[in-house]
Amino acid sequence: MSKKSDENPRIGVFICHCGSNIGGLIDCKKLAEYSGTLPEVVYSEDNVYTCSETGLNAIKKAIKDYNLNRVVVASCTPRTHEPLFRECIAEVGLNEYLFNFVNIRDQCTWVHMKDAEGAYKKARDLVKMGAARAAKLEPLDKVSVQIQPVALIIGGGVAGMSAALNLNNQGYETHLIEKEDQLGGRLTSLHTLFPSNIDASELLANFVNKIQLAKNLTIYISAKLRKIDGFVGNYSVEIDKAGEIIKLMVGIIIVAVGASLFIPKHMLGYDGKKRITQQELEVILKNNDLNTNNIVMIQCVGARNEERSYCSSVCCMTALKNAIFISNKNPGAHITILFRDLYTPGTKYEAMYRKARELGILFIRYTEKKELKVEENEVRVFNEYLGEEIIVPYDLLVLSTPLIANEDNKALARLLKVPLESNDFFLEAHVKLRPNDFATDGIFIGGAAKWPVDITEAITQGYAAASRASTILSHDVIEVEGTTSYLPEWNKNLCSGCEVCIKVCPYKAIIKNEHDEIEIIQALCKGCGVCGATCSKQAIEIKHFTNEQILSEIYACGGRDVY
Amino acid sequence: MNDLANESKSVLVIGGGIAGIQAALDLADMGINVDIVERKPCIGGRMAQLDKTFPTNDCSICILAPKLSECYRHPNIKIHSISEVQKVEGKAGNFSVNVLKHARYVKEDECINCGICAEKCPMRVDDEFDRQLRKRKAIYMYYLQGVPAVMTIDKEKCLYLTKDACRICEKSCERNAIDFDQQDEIFSLDNVGSIIIAAGYNLLEDFDNNVLKNYGYKKYRNVVTALEFERMECASGPQEGHIKRFSDGKSPKKIAFLQCIGSRNDRSEKYCSSICCMYTTKEAMIAYEHDNSLETYIFYIDMRAGGKGFQTFLEKGAREYNIKYIKSKVAQIQIDGNENPIIVYEDIDTGKINKLQVDLAVLATCITPPRGIQDLAGLLGVELDEYNFIKTIPFNPIETNKDGIFTCGCVHEPMDIPRSVSEASGVAARAAEIIRKG
Repeated sequence: MSKKSDENPRIGVFICHCGSNIGGLIDCKKLAEYSGTLPEVVYSEDNVYTCSETGLNAIKKAIKDYNLNRVVVASCTPRTHEPLFRECIAEVGLNEYLFNFVNIRDQCTWVHMKDAEGAYKKARDLVKMGAARAAKLEPLDKVSVQIQPVALIIGGGVAGMSAALNLNNQGYETHLIEKEDQLGGRLTSLHTLFPSNIDASELLANFVNKIQLAKNLTIYISAKLRKIDGFVGNYSVEIDKAGEIIKLMVGIIIVAVGASLFIPKHMLGYDGKKRITQQELEVILKNNDLNTNNIVMIQCVGARNEERSYCSSVCCMTALKNAIFISNKNPGAHITILFRDLYTPGTKYEAMYRKARELGILFIRYTEKKELKVEENEVRVFNEYLGEEIIVPYDLLVLSTPLIANEDNKALARLLKVPLESNDFFLEAHVKLRPNDFATDGIFIGGAAKWPVDITEAITQGYAAASRASTILSHDVIEVEGTTSYLPEWNKNLCSGCEVCIKVCPYKAIIKNEHDEIEIIQALCKGCGVCGATCSKQAIEIKHFTNEQILSEIYACGGRDVY
Repeated sequence: MNDLANESKSVLVIGGGIAGIQAALDLADMGINVDIVERKPCIGGRMAQLDKTFPTNDCSICILAPKLSECYRHPNIKIHSISEVQKVEGKAGNFSVNVLKHARYVKEDECINCGICAEKCPMRVDDEFDRQLRKRKAIYMYYLQGVPAVMTIDKEKCLYLTKDACRICEKSCERNAIDFDQQDEIFSLDNVGSIIIAAGYNLLEDFDNNVLKNYGYKKYRNVVTALEFERMECASGPQEGHIKRFSDGKSPKKIAFLQCIGSRNDRSEKYCSSICCMYTTKEAMIAYEHDNSLETYIFYIDMRAGGKGFQTFLEKGAREYNIKYIKSKVAQIQIDGNENPIIVYEDIDTGKINKLQVDLAVLATCITPPRGIQDLAGLLGVELDEYNFIKTIPFNPIETNKDGIFTCGCVHEPMDIPRSVSEASGVAARAAEIIRKG
C-alpha cells in the first residue's frame, strides 16, 4: 500500500506526442498547459514519446520533485502501454494503481484524423476526466498465487512431445495426455519428412525413446481431459484414461492437440482408390505398393476457397516430398503437379522446388476462375498462359488437402475457457508478439492446434510453449492483477443469493461457498465488471473501477446534470 | 524451482532485435541471467524500423517499445550496445566470451537524452536508421524510442575525433556526459552456459547493387526499396508519414510493388525471402489509408500467404484497398520524361509483355545473411548453409552443429515476426535446459 494514500491528491499529467501520431494533429504543449489548470493537478508536461526511457525518467523525476501521488499519462492505448507506466511509478515507490491512462491516440487523434479542432477538444475532455478519476484512485495490492511446479500437456504429437521433454529436462514434473492409443500424432500417418527425407517412424522412435528414458514424465494414452478447475499455478484437472479417472494438480497447461486432415468427399472424383489424398499416397509408399507411372497431383483441394479461405502451408511441401520420392525411385515416372501458388518459402523449401523441377516433375498452374475437370483417366486444366485447355492423363490422381481444426477443439476450448478463431483453430493472445500464449494466464499453445504448421515448426513451437510455461513454473509464487471484483463485508447483507453473478461470470471466478455465500476467487477474476453491472443489489464492487471513480469522470465532462 | 539469477551461469544472446529480445525476456523471467550483445547503439533491430506489422497492422514500434523497456529494466538482463563478440572458448555449460565494447564517448549513466548536444553539433551526416533518407548529427540518438536512451558519438564523422576540432557537444552538455577519453574496451563474460545467435539479417541493397541496377535503383529517384518505403510511411520517419516522391516532392497516385527482387532467381539468390508477399500488401494498405485515391499494383510470382490470417489479409487488400495483384515476371524498369517509372513485365496470366507507368516503384529486395556472419560463425565454430545463413539440423530446427549454441530468427532463414518470436521462446527453452542441469 502506498504511504501516500491518505494525503490529498497531487496529480502529474504527461501528454505524449507519440511522434506525430498525436502531436501531428493536436497541440500537445497547449494540452499540457491546460492540464496544469485542472483541480489537484500540480504538474504537467508534454513528451515526444512518454514511453521512451527518456519519458519514463521524466515521470520519475517529476514524482520526486513535485511529490506527486497520482500520475496520468495521455497517449496511445492502455492495451500495450499501461503495464509499463505502472511499473515506472512503482519503481519510485508509488502504488502502481495510482496511475490513470487516458487514450488520446487510438480513440482520439486516429479516429478524428480529419478534424483537428474537434480532436483537440475531445482530448481536453478526456484528460479532464482522467485527472478527475485519478484523484479518486486507491492503492491496491496484487494477489499472490502459489505455483505448483507441475506441467500438463494435452496432445502427444511432435509439439506436445517436444514441450514435455523440454519441461521435464528443465526439472519439472510433467504429465502428457494423448487421446489416441499411441504417441506421435500426425507422425504416425506420414511416410517420410521434408526437407531431409528421413522416415517419420525414425523421428517418432527417437522421441519415444527419449520419453521412455525420462524420469518424472508420465504419459497417459487413450486419455482425455474431463474436467478442469482453478487458475494459474493451481489447476485441478481430471483425466479420463479409458474409463479410469485420474486427478492431478498442475501449475500450467499446454495445448498441443494438432490438427486433422481434410477428406475431399465428393470432390474431384475422390474415391480413395484411383483418386486419393496425399496421406493415402503415403500409406501406399510406406507399403511399397505403388505400381503406376502416371501421377497427377492437385494442390489446394478444399483450401483457399469460399468455405476455407486459408492456405494450409504444408500441402505444397508434402506434394513435392512425395513427388521427389517417387521420381528418385522411378526416374521414368511422369508426375504433374497442378498448383495455384506454390508455397515453398525460405531457403530449404525453395531448394526442394528447384530440385523437383530438375527431376522433370511438371508444374502447371490453374486458377480458381476456371474449374479443373477430372475425368476417369485425365484431368482437363485451363492454362491462362497458353490460353487453352491442357489434357493431363493419369493412372493415379493425388489430391493435396489442407489441415483443418480438430472436431473436438470446440469442446476443449469450452473446457479450458480459451477462444477459437473463425476456422476453429485455437486463438493465441497476440498474433504477432504472443504467438504461444493464451490470454488466460497459465495456458499455452503450440503446433498445428493453432494453425497448420510443418513438423519442423511444430517442434519449435512445442519448445516455445515450454519456454512460456517455464516463466511461470520457475517461480514459487507469482502475482496477478489486483483489479478484481469483490463482495465487501459491509455489502454481504445486500446479497440476495440470486446467483446471477455466477451465471454471467465468463471466467467462472464466482462460486457459492460452504457457508452458502457468494465468493469471488481473486486469482481467477479478471476485473471485467460484468458481475458488478449485473448485480441488482449493487452488492459487488470492482476495485479500480468503483462507482465513485466512474462517476467522477462523468461529472468532469459535464455529466452531473444528465445523471 | 528456485531463482537462478544469483547463480553464476548465464546465457549470451547475440543480437538485440525482436528475436534476441524475446529470448532474453523469457530466460530472464525464468530467473536466468542474460547478456545481450548488440552491434548498434540501441536494441530494437529491424522491427524498430518498420511502420506497421502484418497481418494486424499494429504500429510496430508501439508494440515493440514496451519490450525494449522491459529488457532495459529487467534485473536479470544486461544490454551491451555498440558491442560485438570477439572470442569464444569452452563448451556447452561453460563458455567464456570476450566482448568488444566500442567507445560511445558518452557516459551511459549520465546522459539523459535531452538532445541539446545534437542541436549544437555542426556535423550533418546520413542517418543509417532512416536508410540514408535524412540527416542526423554526428552525436545522435540511434532512434527516438531507442534503448538505452542515450546519445552516441559517431567516431567516423565527429569533427573532434577525426580532425581534432569542435568539442561543442562537450561544452553544451549540462551533465558533463560527454567523455572523449573513452576507449574501446574488451571485457569477458565467464561461465556462459549457452549462446543464442539472433543476429538478424541485412538486405540486398546493403551489399551489391548489380541486381538492383536493372531496376534503376539509385539511378532513378522514384525507385525505392521496401524498407525505405517503410520509413517513408512511418509517422516518425523522414517524410513524417506523408509519402512524397524524391524527384518532385509530389504524392504518388500510382505505386508499383515488385516482389522477389534478387530472390528466387538463378542470377542472384535462389531462395525465397518469405515475408515480402505479406509486407508489400501491408505497405500498399497503409499507403491507401493515407490517400484513398491511390492505385497500387503488386507484381508477384507466387503469392505466399501460409501464416495465420495471411490469406484473408491479401483478400482484404484486393477488396478494400484497391490493390491489384499481377502474376508476372518483371524484366526491367524504365522512366519517362517526368521520371515516372515504367514497369516492363511479362504477364503470366496472358503471356503478354506489358508496360505500366506508375509514379513510384517499390522493390521488395532479398533478405540476406547479416553482415559479418562468416566471422561470427568462425569464432563460434558453427557451420553456415550454402547461402551463408546459420546451418540448422533438420528436426532440431533451432540448434546449430555446436552443442549449447542455438539460433533463432532470420539469421538462419528468412521468416516473419511471429515465427521469429516463437523460435526465440524455443531457444530460450533449450538454453534453460542447459542452465538447469548445471
